[in-house]
Amino acid sequence: MTAVITVPSSLDDLSFEQVLDQLAAHPPDAKVIVDARHCSFASPYGLTALLTLAQTRSERPTFLPPEDADKLTYWARAGFFRYAEELYDVQGVVPRPRSASESDVLLELTPITQSDDVHTVVERIKDKATQILTNRLHLISRATMGFTMALSEACQNIVEHAGRGGWVMVQVYQYRKRLGGRQVCVIAVCDAGVGFRRSLESSPRRPLTDRWDDGFALETAVVNGISRYGDPGRGQGLKGIRGYVHRWDGKLSVRSGTARIALVPPWDDDVPRRDNLAPFPGSQLQITIPEKSAA
Amino acid sequence: MHIDVGHVLRHSASLPYADLVTRSTGAAVRRCIEAELAGLSEGDVATLDFTHIGMMDYSCADEVVAKLLLDLARRGARPSSLVFHGITDAHVEAIEDVLLHHGLALVVHFADGAARLIGAASDDERALWQLVHLRGASDVADLARESARESADILVVLEALLDRRLLKREGSTFAPIGVAA
Repeated sequence: MTAVITVPSSLDDLSFEQVLDQLAAHPPDAKVIVDARHCSFASPYGLTALLTLAQTRSERPTFLPPEDADKLTYWARAGFFRYAEELYDVQGVVPRPRSASESDVLLELTPITQSDDVHTVVERIKDKATQILTNRLHLISRATMGFTMALSEACQNIVEHAGRGGWVMVQVYQYRKRLGGRQVCVIAVCDAGVGFRRSLESSPRRPLTDRWDDGFALETAVVNGISRYGDPGRGQGLKGIRGYVHRWDGKLSVRSGTARIALVPPWDDDVPRRDNLAPFPGSQLQITIPEKSAA
Repeated sequence: MHIDVGHVLRHSASLPYADLVTRSTGAAVRRCIEAELAGLSEGDVATLDFTHIGMMDYSCADEVVAKLLLDLARRGARPSSLVFHGITDAHVEAIEDVLLHHGLALVVHFADGAARLIGAASDDERALWQLVHLRGASDVADLARESARESADILVVLEALLDRRLLKREGSTFAPIGVAA
């Protein structure tokens, strides 16, 4: 039997849980149709997570693209269909993306599988990021340096820990839910690899505790900076990301397995930790940096 | 000895990039630098020049900066001092973070010529390092007078700075290392 998974009209890191809740009832070899026909907004997290969703299915899923022509064009510009067509049976005709230089996306969906891909991402984004973070988010130049560093470290987590490729996307847009409509710059990095718990379980550095689960593993890695590698210099990437996000009043959320933790700034009302979510392989990370307040 | 890190990245490590990002890139560059440093004599000061490096991330800084310093200290290896030159805002945040993480400190010369002690150092160490840097080679008595401290007290701090290769001895004086040309 084929199951239809309905994509919410507004797809972001929180509403993607509705997709996973629907998916949880269907084993990986079950045929699913991912129905995004009525999706009117998709954040970078939503788009990267939809690609990783397809990676988790052993039976190739079907994808129904947005019906709205503007939305369809945006998804194409973001590079979604370029990769979705490799993973889904995409129904209907989708527009061909224009050249990257015409795109208003800061970094289109970009696959990350090896170190060279991280270099490519940094090369492609750093000048444009400086310009946009300065002009649209009104951040000082030091913040733009840290932004590229955070992006680099987030992508490296895939190469170092995931055990399979993932995607990154960066976009600046007006944040309608909060912040009085200020601009935000969002980095989303998603993979369907081994996830934090299994990564740490391969190491003697894993804390020995009865409470060991996905949430504990996330806290161990993201909050305490412990990596599966014994090298004392490891774990600084996530620590650096955390420091950067805190310094610039941003938000960091990381989901892995059945848990999600978030570094929540005063402008948001997310919860710091959620457990018992629908299971989803790998790690999904989002960094949100807001426009500097005029006050 | 002067080592152009940008040249090392693109030629010795054969990586066609301008930025020091990713741990594997950092490890490759560090190995090349270690090979060059092996040719130095005791007491030499090696300058690592980052002028032609774009940005540096935390993982790469851990490999190129922290591991290099830790390996040199562990092996008691030559050279006696290492100075970083051509540092910009694009490098300093990652360098400072990894130095603090490992309890290390380093003398860096910024692209505009300014020198700074960055990383893990006490207030006393920073103050005396700054004083020596401003005055040039100075003996303990002069530094004690200038800082209105007891000679015995500041000698302890100066010896610590020597041990950490953040100052050098010149006869009976303590002197800054690796003053940029």
